[in-house]
Amino acid sequence: MAQDHHDDGPSDVALRVKALESLLVEKGLVDPAALDLIVDTYENRIGPRNGAKVVAKAWADPAYKARLLEDATAAIAELGFTGAQGENMVVLENTATVHNLVVCTLCSCYPWPTLGLPPTWYKSPPYRARAVRDPRGTLREFGVELPEGVEIRVWDSNAEIRYMVLPERPKGTEKLSEEALARLVTRDAMIGVGRASAP
Amino acid sequence: MNGIHDLGGMDGLGPVLREANEPVFHGDWERRVFAVFIATIVGGLFNDDEFRQARERLEPARYLKAPYYEQWLLAIQRLLDEKGIIKKADIEARMKKLATGAA
Repeated sequence: MAQDHHDDGPSDVALRVKALESLLVEKGLVDPAALDLIVDTYENRIGPRNGAKVVAKAWADPAYKARLLEDATAAIAELGFTGAQGENMVVLENTATVHNLVVCTLCSCYPWPTLGLPPTWYKSPPYRARAVRDPRGTLREFGVELPEGVEIRVWDSNAEIRYMVLPERPKGTEKLSEEALARLVTRDAMIGVGRASAP
Repeated sequence: MNGIHDLGGMDGLGPVLREANEPVFHGDWERRVFAVFIATIVGGLFNDDEFRQARERLEPARYLKAPYYEQWLLAIQRLLDEKGIIKKADIEARMKKLATGAA
């Protein structure tokens, strides 16, 4: 991060948030215990392992996959993953001929309940600018080389909809359990900048 | 409203840089900004659309250069100031106190 080189320096920002927090607490507008719980939840409890469970279940259970592609919000809620930034989910299926890629050009919209908070690169100007202009080149930077015949569909998040990619199931995984399948699902694969890992 | 946040398709911003370990937060101040954001938005002090627009109203050069969670902090500060909930001057007075160890 550029914070070490910013004009105001990290100390100004750290001091500013400390001042804001202390005023909010003083006025009774926020509960300090709730603040710590929020941090713990988003730093330690919510993350891409949730999305991986959704993907593994879709790979293992065709009826679930159909529900997921039809109404992702409801299908994801079946596994208990609900909440802020997951209210209107759409799941996009990658196939041998179609590759989906998710971005938020205007902002940093991302499906928190299934993927957690977004990585810094997802929120950065270069990714937001280039994912829509040169998706094939952007994917190459992530180590994903797609054959010319594969159509790339780029999905730009809006104020309401949050997208998640259902990656292709890797070959040779027919006998794996759902738990073992989930371990092959990477965060990048669910954004569309990667593939699921080989077994 | 158009503006610097409308980055789709812009050339010249360089390669996508990825971090080695991709920490969720890069320091305790980021944790505090995130927590204050959730607490204030859930508390109804502002809504998502107001928050997004407050970020979009940041000065363009600062929008591009400021660390992500600093954008959030400045947006929260601006919204609370505009709504008269906590004035920016009060935040800055508190910062001075904290810096001198008086609070």
